[in-house]
Amino acid sequence: MNATRPTAAAPGGREGVARPRVDARGEVLLTAEDIGISFGGLRALDGVGFAARAGEVLAIIGPNGAGKTTLFNIVSGLYRAGAGRILLDGRDVTQAPPHRLAALGLSRTFQNLQVFFRMTAAENVMAGRHLHEPSGLFADLFRLPAARRANTATRRAALALLAEVGLADAADRPAGSLPYGALKRLEIARALATGPRVLLLDEPAAGCNAVETEEIDRLIAQVAARGVAVVLIEHDMKLVMRISRHVVVLNQGRMLAEGTPEQVRSDPEVVAAYLGTHGVAEASRAGARGDQHA
Amino acid sequence: MSARWATLLMLAAVIAIIPWFFPSGFYFRVAALIWVTALAAVGLQILMGQAGQVSLGHAGFVGIGAYTTALGPKYLGLDVLLCLPLGAAVAAAVAFVVGRPILRLKGHYLAVATLGFGMLVTMVLVNEVGITGGPDGTRVPRAALFGWVIRGGESFYWITGGALLLGVWVALNLQHSPSGRALAALHDSEVAARTVGIDVARHKLRAFVIAAVYGAVAGGLLALLNGFVTPDAAGFLASIEYVTMVVIGGLASVPGAVVGAALLVLLPQALTFLHEYEQAVIGLLIMLFMIFLRIGIVPGLAALLRRKPA
Repeated sequence: MNATRPTAAAPGGREGVARPRVDARGEVLLTAEDIGISFGGLRALDGVGFAARAGEVLAIIGPNGAGKTTLFNIVSGLYRAGAGRILLDGRDVTQAPPHRLAALGLSRTFQNLQVFFRMTAAENVMAGRHLHEPSGLFADLFRLPAARRANTATRRAALALLAEVGLADAADRPAGSLPYGALKRLEIARALATGPRVLLLDEPAAGCNAVETEEIDRLIAQVAARGVAVVLIEHDMKLVMRISRHVVVLNQGRMLAEGTPEQVRSDPEVVAAYLGTHGVAEASRAGARGDQHA
Repeated sequence: MSARWATLLMLAAVIAIIPWFFPSGFYFRVAALIWVTALAAVGLQILMGQAGQVSLGHAGFVGIGAYTTALGPKYLGLDVLLCLPLGAAVAAAVAFVVGRPILRLKGHYLAVATLGFGMLVTMVLVNEVGITGGPDGTRVPRAALFGWVIRGGESFYWITGGALLLGVWVALNLQHSPSGRALAALHDSEVAARTVGIDVARHKLRAFVIAAVYGAVAGGLLALLNGFVTPDAAGFLASIEYVTMVVIGGLASVPGAVVGAALLVLLPQALTFLHEYEQAVIGLLIMLFMIFLRIGIVPGLAALLRRKPA
């Protein structure tokens, strides 16, 4: 449907091209190359790409409607790319459905929460352990020892993950009764339950207060430190500048810029399209704070 | 003691105790009819309550089970008791083939597609007069176990009661298992379920096949119990009644399906004195239940009981 067009060079001569699997910044786990998609003739994404590396936080920023979540939906298999290629661990997964991608080590959270609201917090995370449960349907129907063992092991793993995101006390509360910030962390715990090597976080700090944002900040750094490649969509520039090593800026479905937080912050086109003067001030303040911590 | 065992013990106790209060043998038949209907409803609860997929054609599978049991001995020369599992196998195979394409549909579209399936089964049963006996139905041979001919309400009461207990046990096991969690997950958010690695199409199909097997076993038992089957067993009205039972009892609750079935079997018997107003009063009662106990009888009462002692 969508013919692959030659990559339009992004402003500033930057291109979303494939990189070698291992480069100066580390082992590349996920590569999106030249991604394009159209909705009813409207080119929502065109020539967009990034490479996520083990142990690194990559941020994707851009104004509303830039195509960030669309890019996530393509990479996680919910949408099919009209053009381009996605490589997970060197394997072409452009056509793979989400559950296959999860099995290959890619998991995500959602901007608009997709919590299992009828379940308890613990059950939400337990559902995330689906791929690690060995029992079959027959064992489940007749409650054979395999099913009971799977249940016990899954619950233990889920409780450990809830403790990690600071929700140990909420384990047996219905998810629907938890506050917004807790649900954001619950989604992260559920995504972590799949044992991902690549984790996509869609605005994990949106709608969270300063304390909760700090908590999520710490959590993301902790996950990345374990060698997980974290890709982050976030509007909170302070958070982005503080924790990401590499930033990709989208604007109207195209790559506007990419580079280190410092490079992106000082890029005049990024400032004009997105950050504005206020954003720059905020980001530099965050950078200064980051330096103090370091 | 877990809620699962409490439910099973309670059901077992009810099955064991109520015969003491039967004024006549007739009640064994009514109660057996409740157990059989409840078995079919429990199957639908797995599909609708646990996996969140509506079916307006559940009775189609009940019909497949009933007619396989009725016709198997005549056309295949099989023992009638062997035809009961055969009916379940046929229903499972049909559900597997039909379920693949239609379970891609959601909500109203799925409802209409399953409705079409149920109508299709009824049409075949009505029109293939030479095989099925048409709208008049057909006789079911008596079942014999090692020379002992199963007859009489009391025998059927214990057989169907045992089958229901087994069915409830399996449904509860499923609900509290990894597979059941996958169903509950795709019920709440298909998108999220897929991203945690749940093969949504596969799990929906499983639930559909399991529900079909429940329906077919119930249909086979119904045929044996009545000694006669008509296409009404597979009809649209029966399908709607199963849905009503599951919803009224409490979609999320396995025992709710049993309570809903008991209610819908008993109400017409209890309200016969109302003559022509009987159906109207049943309709009114269903409306009232929905208005005042929207989450269903069993979960609704459980919530009330929890609130009281505090």
